[in-house]
Amino acid sequence: MIQLDDIDKNILNLIQLDFPLDVHPFEKMSFQLGISEEELLERMGRLKEEGAVRRIGPVINTKRVGGTSTLVALKAPESKIDEIAELINQHQEVSHNYLRQADYNIWFTVSAANKERLEQIINDLQEETGCPLINLPTKRLFKIGVKFDVK
Amino acid sequence: MSNDNVVMDEVDTRLLKLTQDGIPFVHSPFAIISEELGITEDEVVQRIEQLQKNGFIRRFGASIGHRAIGITANAMCTWNVPDERVEEVGAVMAGFTEVTHCYERPRYPDWPYNLFTMVHSYTKEDCEYVAQEISRATGITDYNLLYSVREFKKTGVRL
Repeated sequence: MIQLDDIDKNILNLIQLDFPLDVHPFEKMSFQLGISEEELLERMGRLKEEGAVRRIGPVINTKRVGGTSTLVALKAPESKIDEIAELINQHQEVSHNYLRQADYNIWFTVSAANKERLEQIINDLQEETGCPLINLPTKRLFKIGVKFDVK
Repeated sequence: MSNDNVVMDEVDTRLLKLTQDGIPFVHSPFAIISEELGITEDEVVQRIEQLQKNGFIRRFGASIGHRAIGITANAMCTWNVPDERVEEVGAVMAGFTEVTHCYERPRYPDWPYNLFTMVHSYTKEDCEYVAQEISRATGITDYNLLYSVREFKKTGVRL
């Protein structure tokens, strides 16, 4: 686990929801943080390298851009978990994939340009893995707002 | 606020594709993109603002590697909520600051849970405490916590 000082924590809290949209966003941020832009970029480089920051970019609203997405839960036999996770990951449309402690042990999200494509991916995965799976598309969205409070 | 009739033009689509894997951490992170698109850096920024305003992107910002910073207890809490109470219970669950996502999803014969909440925390005890509080606030007692044991993949949704 990466060691974070107070400035690192301030950076992480700032860049999630309040990343400044500006031609020189890091310069603007550095004013807010009270450090030089050079120091900020150096710290950002380290945070990226150590895995604390994955990327700074757009969080795409799949539905609004015309696409569709779903959550799938699959029952993989214990001995084949790695192999099956790898099969799932090979699909570029899979964005998240986790092992969880439950009968349905592999949970992944799929996003596609349209419904037909989404169904095709799920059917393909059903065939490739040979495992029982359930398709769990969102029926109603109550909240989506990941922001980690870095303490 | 967001105008559903607005559609993305070709430049917007290319802009999203060019930024979806992340911008570089440099003084002018939009310079290369502006060159590729043949528009000014100011226009790049303005277009991102518009995309956000019109709901195509939820936000422009950092994705955190929460595991790397110690937030390792990630619970997907699944709830069996009577259909007629989903609207009301979902709103209560979403009101918890610790809950980052809350969705209604379909049930299956071997999967009766129809409401899903995600809680990310530093410890499992924190997650369990939040789930107990939610249960107390909603009266829903049939639930389980599915912790992520391993992460096989985590990327942004791509165009």
